[in-house]
Parts: sequence; C-alpha cells; structure tokens
Amino acid sequence: MSEELYPIEVEVNGVQRTARVPARLSLVDWLREDLRLTGTHVGCEHGICGACSVMLDGEPVRSCLMFAFQANGHRVTTVEGLAQPDGSMSVLQDSFCQAHALQCGYCTPGMLIAAQGLLNTNPRPTDLQIREAIGGNLCRCTGYQQIVDAVKQAASRLSKETAS
Amino acid sequence: MKAAPFEYVRAGSIGEACEVLQREGDAVKVVAGGQSLIPMMAMRLVRPGWLLDINEIAALKFVAMDKDAVRIGACTRQSTVERDQELAARVPLLRQALAWVGHIQTRNRGTIGGSIVHADPCAELPLVARVLGARMVLRSTAAARTVEADAFFSGPMMTATDANECLEEVQWPAWGERRTGSAFTEISNRHGDFAMVSAAAQLSLGDDGRCVRAAFGLGGMGQTPLAFPQLAQRLVGTRLEDEIVKSVAHDAAAQSDPGSDLFATAAYRRHLAGVLAARVISAAHAQAGSKG
Repeated sequence: MSEELYPIEVEVNGVQRTARVPARLSLVDWLREDLRLTGTHVGCEHGICGACSVMLDGEPVRSCLMFAFQANGHRVTTVEGLAQPDGSMSVLQDSFCQAHALQCGYCTPGMLIAAQGLLNTNPRPTDLQIREAIGGNLCRCTGYQQIVDAVKQAASRLSKETAS
Repeated sequence: MKAAPFEYVRAGSIGEACEVLQREGDAVKVVAGGQSLIPMMAMRLVRPGWLLDINEIAALKFVAMDKDAVRIGACTRQSTVERDQELAARVPLLRQALAWVGHIQTRNRGTIGGSIVHADPCAELPLVARVLGARMVLRSTAAARTVEADAFFSGPMMTATDANECLEEVQWPAWGERRTGSAFTEISNRHGDFAMVSAAAQLSLGDDGRCVRAAFGLGGMGQTPLAFPQLAQRLVGTRLEDEIVKSVAHDAAAQSDPGSDLFATAAYRRHLAGVLAARVISAAHAQAGSKG
C-alpha cells in the first residue's frame, strides 16, 4: 500500500534532519527505525510507561504520542543527545551508574529525559519534586529509590561544578 | 499499536481549520496535544479519515485576563497555564486541578481545549469548567457562538460542538470576592491515572465569616462532570459547619448515578463522592478563611 509521504525537517540532537514520512508514523518509530537512534525505547505505545520520553523544544514529552510530522520545524533531544560532546556520559547519566539506578535498563532513557527536564528548570529539587518529575515513568526493577538517589546525587554534583 | 492510515492537514489559521471542517465534516478529527486522541488512534478505537492539526496556529495559544474572566486559547499547553502566576491568582481552581492532569510529559503537550472537547467524564478540566460555569467559544466558517458548560457537556466524550466547528477559546470566570478559596482532589489507582472520583469546590466568605457564594461538583459520577448549584446554594448564608457540609456532600453523592467498572463499584464511587465533596468544601473554606 502506498501512503502519501509528507516532507519534514527536524533538528535532532543538534543535527538538521530531513525526511519524507507517512502521516501515521509516530515520532518514536521515526527516531528508532529511520534515524537508528535506538536509545529511546518504545514500551506501551499509548502514553502510559514513559520509556519513549524525549525533549521537544527542551521540554519532556512522550514520543509515542506524537506523529513524526508534528515535529516538523521543531527541536528534538533524545537520550543520545544528553551525553557530552566527546561521547562520555553526562553527570546525570554517570550518577545513574554510581547510584545503581538501573537494572534491566528499559525505563532508563525515559527516566534520564524526565530527570534532565527537571534539573534544567529546578537545579535543587526536593525528593517530592523528583518523585513528581519521574511519576510518569514506570520502572519494574528498582523500586524507584535508587533513581531518586541518582537525581539527588546529580543535582549536588552539578551545583558543585557550577560553584567551582 | 499503530494508527490506521489517514490524510493529514496542518492548518495555518483558524479560518483554514474551519474550512477543512466545513468541507470534510465528521470524517475529521482535530488534533491538538493528542494525549488522548493519539492513544485512541493507536488502539484503533478511532480511525479518522482526516487529521486536522491545529498545533501551529499561534492565534489559539494565549492567556488573556479580562475583568470577569480569564480567556485561554484552545491550543494553549496545560504546562503553560500551570506556570502562569497571574492566572493561578485569578482562577486558582484551574491551577489546582492541573496538578492532577496526567504527568509533566503529557502536560507539556496536552492542551486546555483538547481536554475540554475530549469531555472524558473522569477528566479534571471538564469538571472545573462545569463547577465554575466556563464558556466555550466555538467557531465555524459562518460564525462564532458561545456555549455554557452545562449545555456543552452532553455525554461521555460528547459535547455540543458541531462537526463543522472548532473550539477557539475557553472563558474561565474569575470570582471578584476577596475571601475566595478553592480545592480539588481525586482518588485514582496511582497519581496521574484516570480518577475513579474527583471533586472540586470554590467558595467565598463575607467579612462576618458566612459563606456568600459557593460552587462544587463531582467527576466520574455520571455521563458528564456534575455540578450541584442548588445544593451549593444551601451553603450560602451558613458558617459552613461540619453538619451542613456533610449533609450537602451526602446529598450530592446520593443524587449521582455512577457506574461500576474494573476499578470501582458504583457503591464505592458513591461513598468516595460523599467523602471527597465534604473534603474539598472544607479545604476551600479553610483557604478562604485564611484570607482574614
């Protein structure tokens, strides 16, 4: 079946990407299947699990609840875009390792995007604010406590970096 | 979990959106934030012929303070409204309700108008619209008309919006009384899930501490969000003692006709409704009272 293709131009992790996509292609499928940015995970595909979270113009959204063409003209950041320019892990990503904040790793990209979204607007979050920020992301391994610890650790490390 | 094929059109203006609706009618679904519509399309509960995208219409994104109301453009993001301090001061119930709407990721995308026209009987914003008596401005190629909340919500996921109309803005009444308090609460399996029962109240006190104005309502208790203007009137003139609050809350629950589902029986919903209605009226009273 041939479906009409719509031209799109999207900035993904700082790189301008152009494509022609069917209207019903979800943003997460475009990122994973076409751009091969498989860091973003696809879980429930109906907006419940949060694994597919990406930043749209700097704010966390669910990429399964958007069609790729809706990102046309916008800026998308995936978990790959959180790493440092040399490819090494960001302070937040490293804090996840230090605090044992992941086991199977399926929810991790969504958790990182949610937590980064929080730290971008609130560099010194309380435990409650951290829990609220990751409240839309399901983790079936950790029990969440280590994830909260990791975000706290990252906030503290980042504030020391800023101070020094 | 992939949507069925559809034709896509991105409208650049309200006029253009109305023309598509006029031409294609029932075959069109308007997508704003898509936080309810896109999952329904993924599950193929909805298979629109046309998807009309209004996300790029700048004229549908605004918060405007009028004398007696706050006007919000249909495609204004929920997170934008949530962060608006002036709006929080003028329509505090709206801000309180938004904290219960989904999660940060969905509020960054979800819109005020989308939630209103989706008209889920468990949803928070339709309940606030019903309690405060919000007015919906509907536009077609021919004209614009304004519909009051009590006439707007006609059933589960059904509204008075005609197939050729697009919601343009929602007008939220701002109460002028200085000692006004409000409260919103709900019970769900997990925070951010659909509410089994939700409750909202707003009331004002006079200088002598007596209630001079009251409104409250319940979500998840029927085919549409419910408001109880006659019961609220019984609160006016009282000092909102526990007995009158409990009696009014009990009567509201008794007047409702909730259904049973996997998560809650009708009897449990009715029990919750009585408890939560009393709780929001008391909390709104306490907030109003703190503005001595």
